[in-house]
Amino acid sequence: MGLHAYLTLSALVFAIGLFGVLTRRNAIGILLGIELMLNAVNINLVAFSRFTGDLGGLVFSLFTISITVAEVALGLAIVIVIFRVRKTVEADRLDLLRG
Amino acid sequence: MIVETVGFAVVAVVLLASSLAVVLTKNLFHAVLYLAAALVSTAGIFLLLASPFLFAVQLLLYAGGVVTIVVFAIMLTERLVGERIAQTSRDIVNGAIVAAAVLVAVIGFLVQAPAMTPPATAVAEQTVAIGKALVGPFAVPLELLGLLLVAALLGAVYFARAED
Repeated sequence: MGLHAYLTLSALVFAIGLFGVLTRRNAIGILLGIELMLNAVNINLVAFSRFTGDLGGLVFSLFTISITVAEVALGLAIVIVIFRVRKTVEADRLDLLRG
Repeated sequence: MIVETVGFAVVAVVLLASSLAVVLTKNLFHAVLYLAAALVSTAGIFLLLASPFLFAVQLLLYAGGVVTIVVFAIMLTERLVGERIAQTSRDIVNGAIVAAAVLVAVIGFLVQAPAMTPPATAVAEQTVAIGKALVGPFAVPLELLGLLLVAALLGAVYFARAED
């Protein structure tokens, strides 16, 4: 399999994740879309690492995965707090900062 | 070679189908389960790319950790709501247009790029090499990552703690 196959697959997953982020109403659903996009980035990193024989891509995607876990934990904690205060996690109704 | 091609096709189909299910299914809990399927098939991609170490990391951290956390968050918010989280989407046409535009832009770059052939062998002793890199040239980023994780988890506990 060529590098293009992996990069195309990753671009497709990224686009699907972007679609989810743009269209989901629930804040948790938006987070799931972000997960898909980050996942697509990891595919790219590992594919380039394999095709250039460079270890850096593997280490970098290791870091990306760890940071994503931290991001998810923090994001969901914020979602729970928002839910406690506003009694909703619908992104459309969280418009406190809208001018 | 033929095994790799067939394996890639199977994993790619599973990955794309479960990714679509994540953004399209109505039930949020089902969406998380499809996300788990997508993450596991991504781990399969890593295996195809001769990266068994990242395969394990992906399964443990992503498919194990992230999915568990999200399931907990859904259970917490759902229980408090007292109603099923049937989630809806909005602006589907606009979202599809933007996503398709990004996809076309990326693919446009890809078709211009020259094809690359992988080196005959992957990085030898990959796990050993990664371990040495993490305590060698990447030692400072690794420490910063540990700091970030501690800060993020402390922050998460602080935010989500029981109200008293």
